[in-house]
Amino acid sequence: MKAKIHKFVQNGTYILLDINSGAVHVIDKMIYDIMDTFTGENDDEVIAAWENTYKKDDLTEALDELHALMDEGELFAPDIDVPPTFKQKGLVKSLCLMIAQDCNLRCKYCFGDGGSYGQERAIMSPETGMKAVDFLIKSSGPRKHLEMDFFGGEPLINMKTVKAVTEYARKREQETGKKFKLTLTTNGLLLNDENIKWLNDNDFSLVLSLDGRKEVHDAMRPDVGGNGSYDRAIKNFHKCLDSRKGGDWDYRGVYTYLRGTYTKNNMDFTKDVLSMNDEGFDILSMEPVVLKDSPLGFTEEDLPRISEEYDKLTEAYMKRHHEGKGFFFFHFNMDLSNGPCVAKRLSGCGAGHEYFAVAENGDLYPCHQFVGREGYRLGSLDEGVTDTKLPQYFRESHVLNKEKCRDCWSRFFCSGGCHANADLFHGDIRKPYEVGCEIQKKRLECAIYVQAMLELEKLEKEDETA
Amino acid sequence: MMKHIKTVNKPSMQKTLKTGGCGECQASCQSACKTSCTVGNQVCEK
Repeated sequence: MKAKIHKFVQNGTYILLDINSGAVHVIDKMIYDIMDTFTGENDDEVIAAWENTYKKDDLTEALDELHALMDEGELFAPDIDVPPTFKQKGLVKSLCLMIAQDCNLRCKYCFGDGGSYGQERAIMSPETGMKAVDFLIKSSGPRKHLEMDFFGGEPLINMKTVKAVTEYARKREQETGKKFKLTLTTNGLLLNDENIKWLNDNDFSLVLSLDGRKEVHDAMRPDVGGNGSYDRAIKNFHKCLDSRKGGDWDYRGVYTYLRGTYTKNNMDFTKDVLSMNDEGFDILSMEPVVLKDSPLGFTEEDLPRISEEYDKLTEAYMKRHHEGKGFFFFHFNMDLSNGPCVAKRLSGCGAGHEYFAVAENGDLYPCHQFVGREGYRLGSLDEGVTDTKLPQYFRESHVLNKEKCRDCWSRFFCSGGCHANADLFHGDIRKPYEVGCEIQKKRLECAIYVQAMLELEKLEKEDETA
Repeated sequence: MMKHIKTVNKPSMQKTLKTGGCGECQASCQSACKTSCTVGNQVCEK
């Protein structure tokens, strides 16, 4: 049976999520308890089950409140099936360009084999990059907003192609009315004044990789010679951030964010998030490494410790918020009232049907993580998409078609997780990676809690001023 | 005003069964390497 509700306790607060409406209710202990019994139409049974624990009048009052929620469509909302708004075929609107399948770092957890993705080290030519722009325009049909992520390896080792592709994309924007949103992910070593100025002038959003504390970062992210990279990276990130302060940056829809990876070596990663914030960065992300059969990767045994750490991070996040020193943590961000539509929640990350990766040689893959993986080449920029079955399989691999996701409470939040991770662990994109699921669910509970608390605080303030 | 329950949002998910699907929103990669924006963490662009 599909789960209709999810209840949990986070930092001492009882929370009830109605899965099919997305309604979030902060509840008391009595409601939390009786939701073990209440089905919507068994009030007598609820009273019989709980009258030794709670007063009958209180139970009756609680049941009246629950029925009121049902009348509003905020409890036991109807099951969601694939709506007509979820088109049968996807339109590609987003590309990841493997600008350089080479890197100046040798991070110990790299899924791209030090940038090469198991292939010869090579960089993308300007011609291939420009063909990718045309491919995206052609594939995107009526979609206006398109995205290109300049990725690697380390894309800044191939600025020639970054510049040529950007110039061409801006020219094609004028000719087609499309709007390209450009993002570049970098380890920062080559983020010099000249590159910073150019990226700023060209409205790039930037994803800057840093793992938090210096000792944590240096242990995981050495350069080719084995030397730590923290000091060089942070110096450049500071310069970059300073160059983006003020002016009209907020209005251009570009962002600068610092992201890190935690491994088994730093399960106290709250310290790393706070270290990034102490360095002056306030748009942050920190995520679990995904590695199979590695001492750095996680197993089920690590889950209680990780869960405890998310509780700590949640507390620290709220504390800094209350002190007026709040920061933006990507995975606690959630718009509970105006989140994505159901069609989007089924599309998920879009890999393989709305989002492709282009390898340095112009080969197409479902996403950057699949580059070089056997059986996942979709075609090339020259040939077009030659494997038409695989994109359709990705399109249809949504939560309602995956056995383990169909009944899971988080199905409309995580949208089924990462296909590449599912393939890595099970050789099947429809069998999710369980440890990742558990971490994701804990993170979602923290996010729902954070958003609920912020909303209640806002309402309290409004009441005080009314 | 309820005594036992505080509802914190006005959810729109059921409504979007009929109105959504414009596809203009940002891609939402979830792997630990890039924008890593899980779908649930996104906002609607409309």
